[in-house]
This record gives sequence, C-alpha cells and structure tokens, in this order.
Amino acid sequence: MNILDMTAVSLAAAIKNKEVTVKEATEAVLAQIEKNEDTFHCYVTVDREGALRKAEEVQKKIDAGELDGSLAGVPVAIKDNMCTEGMLTTCSSKILGNFVPTFSSEAVLNLEKAGAVILGKTNMDEFAMGSTTETSAYGVTKNPWNPEHVPGGSSGGSAAAVAANECFYALGSDTGGSIRQPASFCGVVGLKPTYGRVSRYGLIAYGSSLDQIGPLCKDVTDCAAIMEIIATHDSKDSTSVEREDRDFTSALVEDVKGMRIGIPKDYFGEGLDPEVRSAVLKAAEVLKEKGAIVEEFDLSLVEYAIPTYYTIAAAEASSNLERFDGIKYGYRTEEYEGLHNMYKKSRSEGFGAEVKRRIMLGSFVLSSGYYDAYYLKALRVKALIKKAFDEAFAKYDVILGPVAPTTAPKLGESLSDPIKMYLGDIYTISVNLAGLPGLSMPCGVDSKGLPIGLQLIGDCFNEKKLIQTAYTYEKARGAFGRKEDK
Amino acid sequence: MANIISDETIEYVGILAKLELSGEEKEQAKKDMGSMLDYIDKLGELDTEGVEPMSHVFPVKNVFREDVVTNGDVREEILKNAPGEKNGMFVVPRTFE
Amino acid sequence: MAKQYETVIGLEVHVELATKTKIFCGCSTAFGGEPNTHTCPVCTGMPGSLPVLNKQVLEYAVAVGLATNCTITQYCKFDRKNYFYPDNPQNYQISQLYLPICRNGKVEIETESGKKFVEIHEIHMEEDAGKLIHDEWDDCSLVDYNRSGVPLIEIVSEPDMRSAEEVIAYLEKLRMTIQYLGASDCKLQEGSMRADVNLSIREVGAKEFGTRTEMKNLNSFKAIARAIEGETERQIDLLESGEKVIQETRRWDDNKGESYAMRSKEDAQDYRYFPDPDLVPIVLDDAFLEEIRAKQPEFREEKMLRYKEEFDIPEYDIEIITGSKHMADIFEATVALGSQPKKVSNWLMVETLRLLKENSMDPEDIRFSPENLAKLISLTDAKAINSSVAKEVFEVMFKEDIDPEKYVEEKGLKTVNDEGALRKTVEEVIANNPQSVEDYRNGKEKAIGFLVGQTMKAMKGKADPGMVNQLLKELL
Repeated sequence: MNILDMTAVSLAAAIKNKEVTVKEATEAVLAQIEKNEDTFHCYVTVDREGALRKAEEVQKKIDAGELDGSLAGVPVAIKDNMCTEGMLTTCSSKILGNFVPTFSSEAVLNLEKAGAVILGKTNMDEFAMGSTTETSAYGVTKNPWNPEHVPGGSSGGSAAAVAANECFYALGSDTGGSIRQPASFCGVVGLKPTYGRVSRYGLIAYGSSLDQIGPLCKDVTDCAAIMEIIATHDSKDSTSVEREDRDFTSALVEDVKGMRIGIPKDYFGEGLDPEVRSAVLKAAEVLKEKGAIVEEFDLSLVEYAIPTYYTIAAAEASSNLERFDGIKYGYRTEEYEGLHNMYKKSRSEGFGAEVKRRIMLGSFVLSSGYYDAYYLKALRVKALIKKAFDEAFAKYDVILGPVAPTTAPKLGESLSDPIKMYLGDIYTISVNLAGLPGLSMPCGVDSKGLPIGLQLIGDCFNEKKLIQTAYTYEKARGAFGRKEDK
Repeated sequence: MANIISDETIEYVGILAKLELSGEEKEQAKKDMGSMLDYIDKLGELDTEGVEPMSHVFPVKNVFREDVVTNGDVREEILKNAPGEKNGMFVVPRTFE
Repeated sequence: MAKQYETVIGLEVHVELATKTKIFCGCSTAFGGEPNTHTCPVCTGMPGSLPVLNKQVLEYAVAVGLATNCTITQYCKFDRKNYFYPDNPQNYQISQLYLPICRNGKVEIETESGKKFVEIHEIHMEEDAGKLIHDEWDDCSLVDYNRSGVPLIEIVSEPDMRSAEEVIAYLEKLRMTIQYLGASDCKLQEGSMRADVNLSIREVGAKEFGTRTEMKNLNSFKAIARAIEGETERQIDLLESGEKVIQETRRWDDNKGESYAMRSKEDAQDYRYFPDPDLVPIVLDDAFLEEIRAKQPEFREEKMLRYKEEFDIPEYDIEIITGSKHMADIFEATVALGSQPKKVSNWLMVETLRLLKENSMDPEDIRFSPENLAKLISLTDAKAINSSVAKEVFEVMFKEDIDPEKYVEEKGLKTVNDEGALRKTVEEVIANNPQSVEDYRNGKEKAIGFLVGQTMKAMKGKADPGMVNQLLKELL
C-alpha cells in the first residue's frame, strides 16, 4: 500500500511493525507537498528540515520503546493560528507576518509528546474570520477535489492538506464551523470538540467563548485516536475542563441499535441544496437500517443563530485583536506621527478587509449606548439557543443534519456579499454558541464531483456517541476518498 | 435599511478600534455595518424578557492558581519579536506631552 | 455677600495587594528587577496566552471587603476594559465592572469635627499596568512590563467627604485596615496605595452635585491636601466668573501646585466593558466567607482597647504603636517574651521613632526581631550593659538585626561590675584631675559630672554610671 494512502492510525501501526520508518513517511509526505503545493497551496510554512530532524528523533524513541502511542511517528499539519515554538505563526495575517512564538500551544505539545512530526503551518482565513480561506494574506488555498473551488474555511489549509495527502492528519480550530465546514468541502472527517475539551492555551483567539481546537483527518478511527491525545485538562486555560471520559477509541464500535437520532426539520428548509439534502437523508436512512431510532423534530431558533454569533464573535474579536498594535510583536508601519497614528496605521495596514469589518462591528456593538441592545441581547438569545439544544438532547442522543447548505463554491464567489457568506454557516454556528461537540464526515459526492458533508451533533461531552454513530455509518458507507491525480 | 451608519459613527468606531479607513473603505464599512446591524436587529423579534445573558456556556467556576512564583526571567524571549527594543524595554512613540 | 461653597469629594483608591505573584500568572511581584525580567507571555499580552486567577488575590479582596463592612458578591466575574495604551499590553485591562467582588460598605472616620461614616460604593479586583519611561535621548518612550499584572483592588467611595481632613482620615483608616489584614503595605510614596480624587463644589445647602473632575497622580497625603485645595479654588473661580466646570481627568503637578487636563481627541473614554470569556465566574459559598471572616485579625480599635486594659503604658504610646500593625506585632511579641511592656514601649517610642525619622523610613520597614529587642531589654535589666551602650547596640540592631547578646560579647561591651578594677580607675582619675577634685571639694557639685565622664571614658563606657558616682563620692 502506498504510504500516502494510509490513515494516521494505520501508518503508526506500520511504523511500529517496522514496515515503514518515520523518515520514509515524512519524506513521502514532503514529496507530496512539493508536488502539489503549487496547485493547492495548503501551507503558509513548511518546515522541511525540522520535520526530517524530528522524524529521526521520534524514530529513535520508538526503537527504544519510549514511544508507542497510537500516532507515534505520524506527520501532522497545524493550522497557523496555533503557536509553535520557533516556527512562524501568522494567522494568515500580514500583522503577524514575522511572528515567531516562544512557546507552543498545549494541543501541539500534546501531539509532540505523542511522537508527532510537525510538517508546517496550514493556511487559513485571516484570524479564522472567513469560510473559504480566501481572506488569507498569503494566497488562497484550493480544493483538492477541484482547484476551481474553495476548500472552505477557516481551517481550509488543514482540510485541503488532509484531502491532498499533504499530511496524515491536521489540527484546525472551529469558532463557527471552521473545522466542520472545510472538512465537509474537502471530504474528510472533522470534529469540533465540546468547549473546554481541548486547551486553548496557545491558540490565537478569535472568539474566546466559541473557539475550540479539533482534528481534521481521514477517518473516524483517526479522529478518536487524535482526540485521546489532545483532549487533556490544562491548568493554564481556565475554561479547560477536567474529565475522565477520554477513552474515545473505546467508542469505535459498529453499533447504533437504540441510538436516538433527531433530525431538525429547520435544517432542511429553504436554501439547502437538494443534492446535499438527499445525501444527508440517505445517511440517516443507513443509520436507521442499522437500528437507530430516527425522528424529525423542531429545533427552533435556527435563523437567530447567525446574528447572535456575529454579534458575540465580533465583539470578542474586537477585544482579542487589540493586542496587535505594533509594539510587542508583529507588523509596525514604517512612518508615523506619534503613538495613535502608529497604532492606526499599523493596524489598518496589517489587517485585511474582513478582519477590519468584524473589528469595526465588534467595537460598535460593545460601545456606549449599544451594549445592551446588541451584545447583551445576543447573550440572551444564546441562552435560548442553549436551552433549545438541552430540550433536544433530553429526547435524542445525536442530532443529524447537513454541515453546509451547499458543497464547495467556486473561488471568488463568496466574499462579495458578507451576509450571504455568513448564511453558509447556518448549520454549524449554533453548535459553537451552545458549546456542543459536532462531527463532520463525508456522505456522498454531488453531480459536480464535490464531496457532501454529514453533521452529527452531540450533547456536551458526548463525543463518544458521535464517534460511535460516525464509525457505524462509515463502516456501512464504505471507503471514501478523492481519486488521486486524474 | 433601518440602520443608517453616519460618517461620525465610522470615525468614532475607528478611534475606538484604532483603525484608519480610506474614503472608499469608509463607504464600504458604512454599508456593511448598516446591513449587518439590520440583520442583527432580527434578534429583536425574540422576547428575551427575564432571560439571563449567558456569557459562559458551562457551569465551570472557581478556577484558581496558587500564589507561587513559577516563572523566571525570560526577558530575551519576551523581547524577541519586538519591532523596537532598547535597554531591555519595548520602544514606543513618545507618550508624554 | 459672597456665596458659600461646599467641596464634595469621592475617592478611588488603588491598593497593590501583597501577593507573591501577579494576578493572572506566576511572575513575581517583587520590586526592583531589571526591566521586563518579571514577565511572561501572559503579562505581556503574547498571542495565545491565557489568564488564570491567583486565589490569594480573591482572598485578600474578600478580607478587605469584610473589614470595610461590604456585601460580598457571591457570584462575581471579571470584565475587560478596552483602551489602547502602551503600558497595557493586551490593550484591555482585566477588571470588574458589572459584578465587582464587594459592594455597599462603609468605614467610620474621626476628625476634629467629629465621627462620620464614609460609604464604599464598591471594591473590585484588577490588574496593574506596566511602566513607561521617557527616553530623552531618542525622544521615545520605553515600556517595562514588570508591574503589568500586579494585583490591585480599587476601592470606590461614595462622594461623602467634604474636606481634605476627612479625605486623609479616610485614607488613614483604609491604610490601617488593609495593613492590619496584611493585604498590602499601602505606601503612597511607592505607589502601593494610590488615590484619585473626584471633586466637585456646590453652594452650601444645594441638593444637586456640581460637575466633578477626577485628579490623578497624588502620591502623598500632603499632595492630596494641596490638590484638594487647589482644585476647589479653581472650580470656585470658574463658577464665580460665570464659566462651567468640565467633567474631565486632570493631572496634579505637586511641584507647580496646579493641575492640568489630560485630554486628547484619541481618548474616547468608551471602554466597551464586557465579561472576559477567558476567565470563569467566581462562586463563593457562605463557608468560604466564614473562613475568611474567621481569619480576620484584631483591628486597631479593638487592639487599642485591649492595650489600655492589659498594659500600663500611656495612651499616646498606644496610639503610636497601634498606628502600625508591624510595630504592634513587635510590641506584643516582645512583651510575650517576658519584657516589661513599659520598657518595650519606650524603646519603640523613643529610639525606634528617632531612627525611623532619621532614615525617612516607615514603621513597616522595621527589621529588628522581637527576640533581639527582648534580649537587649534583659541585658539592661540585668545591668549587664549601661544605657548608653544599650542605645549604641540598638542602633546596630535597627540596621542589621544583630543578636545583642552575641554582639555585646564579641565587642566586649559588658559593664565592668568588678569593684576592685573600677576603684582603681576612679583613683587614677582623681589623681589626674586635681583641679576638678578641688572644685568639687570647694562645693562645685557639677565638677563630679566631669569626673564621672572621665571614668566612663577610661572604662570605654563599660561601667555602671551609678556605681562610678557612688565610688567617687566615697573616695572624695
């Protein structure tokens, strides 16, 4: 079997069995990067030397029996909004164009401890603000299924790198769908864990109350294995939750008998592409055949999730991005007159249009006279949305629906109308508002040859139910993947 | 469009956010913010009387650290990315009148 | 007839808490490090860093709240206060607006015009900013984040004060309370206690408040008194000449004795407070509050009453000694070691106060231990050293906290009680000073003083002056 076609878990097993060396795997994936990057542009930074050096170190530890985890020796790509010590971390923004962190994010440290080989940093929408990876200051990433289409976003580089075999798995972050939507557009598996599952320490914040790091990978087995490594309690992150139930791989069971699955009718209304609709409903049918109890229900409030989200996320972002001021790190404008002019010029030149748009909106909704009407109102609606999910999970184990209304749009089609772009997040956003886990996996291909995603949503800390349902569906669905290089 | 964003508002938000927009950007920002706020006004349809604003989703509380010094001198690292450095400090434009 | 005006004053007092580490990270709060050596990614606002609350900060804040009769907010949160300034690395300060830790307190103050309560609107926890240093050479400013993230509480009073005297009584009261709690050393000069004065004036009898200004940069009681006087005059002048007081922040320049507005068109004063999503709510149960309450120390008033009952020392001494928690602690510990209260009090009231004054130090800076003071007292009690040697030893002890027993031993300062040796010296002094001897014999009583002095000198101060006197009289 071609090394590149292996999943992360199967590659680690092959390394353990001495069928493949870490170096061979790393070289193979670096060669693939070299071959494909011109077309897909998944990465902002590729650390060739670092990866090869690390490969040898890890190999030694494996040989010495010091490392025997389920992903030891497997090369991984990291979204460029997670700090990596000594490696450029740009958030795909000009303002961090030269920023080299002095520490690594907790999730990355956990991967390194488990023997990961970091290949580099993947492209994204600037500061994770976008759904197409087109707002990056370092060029657009293209969808490996069809380079005329976007890979989704904001973790578009990570999703595309997995789909294009430019890594074996990747980390992304999800604030309003930024793991699940690109996973769906690129035909890979993505999981946004429950808020608090994975430490946010070292993740450069966009919307702190919504951000969560999670895996993008080739199958559900990989997803469970990665979660076991990154879902740890971190005393450096006050919002990190201490949990015992971290044995995610124990949920890799082909069984959904009696699993109660709810299908929100509100997710299948106007705006949903008919091909997406039928593929998702077909997946539900498959689970029903496997013994799940599948029912339709009214979730309610779905149309209010987007305005709620954009108010809260923009407000938090406006504050989180204040630290980029040209003083401690990052871009400082060349010429300025005085302090405030330096701030304004550095920030105006350093941030892209979408980031500025959200900072302006966020500053406005928090400003004197508007805080109650906009920000507090949004926090109240958030409480209602959470309540609607609580009621749903009293009846169902898993909620099933589409990830996005359509498959990947063409490059350049989305950015012109922000509202239209934001509408694309309608099925993913409420999951972040309620802090829930959501899993995205491929469930078909549309007539244009682009993958369709299925979303499974669980109650908080019920990732294992998602993994079990997803694993059962995956087995029934059979192999799924992009045909390499037509 | 119900929300008409004035030039003054854009100017004011620019001061708050430390952003300086070009004439064209300002026009775009006025349009974008107006339509976003119209969209957000949709929330007004919902009766939220008596609903507590939810800033934190889970009932996580009381996360503390002990009062023990754990950090040493890492000045070099802290200053490593600074655009301007002098005598172990960050250089900024003059702040005193 | 000229109009009669009344000054209305409210205070915002910032107090630096005496924790070992900063409020949200494990960096030291120690003074005096090289710039930026007490910093980390959290207190310099590095991307990806996150705050975690220091529990001691919360405990101190609650303790101060209980001591000032506040209601403790049992569900409280931190908020972000957003404003751009280089001393503020995140460009937002983590503070509390919506649910501050303490509310609705009051403290009693006493001035010449009697006793009254000053109400406390709220106390909140927040982080301090870094320090900006002006670099004349390069015409720029330099930022040091060593103080960034040092924990503060801000105590906001109601506009209940009417004079500089009341303001100072209120500050003294807060300082005493907080020092007794050990929550801060409250030094105005060093900035561990800082007061912003909100001041307005109105005609006597008026119901409405006038427009207020906020004055900053007041780092001594004297500066506060002068600033209140100066601002009151400025506002009266404005009103008298038909102008209006503008609500603004002003910086007091104590050297020039005037204030000036700190305004800029880039200061919108719109802080866009919102709950900090990086920190979780603090939920305090009754048991926690009881625990803190149980740990509250005996405060000054109670202590003064007890001293009056327990110790036979003057009321003035009690006032001075209890005026510093540290001094009172030394007093009590020394007495507990068996020293006579009156003697301990004397050492504190005379020599200690003198040396503090000479060295421009605060009672909080006293370094000698009760053990050593007790030893010194027992040395004098046993007449092992005379009082001038004792003073000399005390000066060294004040500086370096030496063990007086060892010191006296090593330096050979013990009083010579051997009558034979002393008699021999006295005989020599008499033989060498015939003139003084004659003067004495001729009825000049004072001449004996000179002979005592000569003997002490010959004995290198190690004699008991009483004994010398006695011997002289005998031999003459």
